[in-house]
Amino acid sequence: MMERGASRLLEAVASATASALMEAETTLPADVLGAIEGALERERNPIARTQLENIMENVRYAGKHGLPICQDTGVPVVYLTLPPTVPLTSDLHEAVAEGVRRATAAVPLRPNVVDPLTRHNTGDNTGGGMPAVHVMPGDDLTITVLPKGAGAENCSRIAMLLPSQVGAVARFAAETVLLAGGKPCPPVVLGIGIGSTFDGAAARAKEALLLPIDEMTPYEQEICDAVNALGIGPMGLGGDVTALAVKVKQGHCHTASLPVAVNVQCWAHRRATRRVEV
Amino acid sequence: MIHLTTPLGDEVLKLRAGDTVTLSGTVYTARDEAHLRMMEDGIPFDPQGAAVYHCGPVITGERVVAAGPTTSARMNDLSGFLLDAGVRALIGKGGMGPAVREQLAGRGVYLAFTGGCAALAAARMRLSGVYYEDLGMAEAIWQIELDRLPLIVGIDAYGGDLFADVGREAKIHFEQRFNK
Repeated sequence: MMERGASRLLEAVASATASALMEAETTLPADVLGAIEGALERERNPIARTQLENIMENVRYAGKHGLPICQDTGVPVVYLTLPPTVPLTSDLHEAVAEGVRRATAAVPLRPNVVDPLTRHNTGDNTGGGMPAVHVMPGDDLTITVLPKGAGAENCSRIAMLLPSQVGAVARFAAETVLLAGGKPCPPVVLGIGIGSTFDGAAARAKEALLLPIDEMTPYEQEICDAVNALGIGPMGLGGDVTALAVKVKQGHCHTASLPVAVNVQCWAHRRATRRVEV
Repeated sequence: MIHLTTPLGDEVLKLRAGDTVTLSGTVYTARDEAHLRMMEDGIPFDPQGAAVYHCGPVITGERVVAAGPTTSARMNDLSGFLLDAGVRALIGKGGMGPAVREQLAGRGVYLAFTGGCAALAAARMRLSGVYYEDLGMAEAIWQIELDRLPLIVGIDAYGGDLFADVGREAKIHFEQRFNK
């Protein structure tokens, strides 16, 4: 009985992962769509407006035909919450990977996952450490996928600021966007991890991208305004809207440290969640 | 709106950075690996008046499923030989470096397509051939027929560079706000 229950759960995890990834790759979440519509309302630069209109037309067309929004279908980043009754096993990891393989074949997704040094492509978007699976305790078994494209990911940065540089977080974020220019496909969303440790800041930066972007704290808004003041605009062609939103997630850190990580996300901020009955 | 059709000729010399255009005709996709192979083995298509698209598409069978632009700056040091051979347009996203701006002078243009708009692009494309398929889906050269793809002239043949202008302005805003 135990055996059969376990295999049924693993199949449900694989199926839910595939389903979440298929949704994420072909549609945008409501908060992201709303943010792009909002950008179109306030953008005054005519070239920038053509880019935002292309984006909206692209999203409509992809949704209607079940096509990937972007050909860079990303690498699979997956967040699991596990209730106390579900153990974290290598079989569970394998079930998530199986879901990724199914979605890769079904949509189809571009095989993006390669060996870092030989550059050999595995062909199915899985490999060592891929999908990247992050686990947190929860009341339910949920699977959230965050397919992450390289154009924006490559522009992400981390800094070990000094405790005296609390005021420099916005500067570091704006500098990150300045150096990136049009490369990360603005208008971007910035996930900023503040505090924790070197690796903890980066993890929080990516987790910040899971937060809804239809609201910002005054601090997030201040950083967002500083980024938009750069005028880089959609695709780096100039304009009022460089960032759709900034989201911050923080953690306590060493009294002598101030780690800050900025994870850059393109306008195609794809994510989807499934809840699995256990 | 200016309508361009391949093979491209001196009409590209009339374009100015910031112009909106459409492009019809044949484009060849090429990313890092394809550029390196072409530099080694020669260009497998007729480069005269050709347009090269920085793109790694999703292809199934005979169909272009998704084909938005990739980041052109990765090809900054790999593009001179194409322009020397007669290529008139490079298409991609994010702009290119000062060396490419100089290589384009008097010869060709850099055209920007909206990053991420892969479905929209695919809706205006028909697959007509492939080279270097062994490089894999993303890195192969796909020959694609375009039907009026909407583009922005990012860099013109006179050194006009919209991305560089925007970047310069952004630097000034940054300095004013944070380095006073």
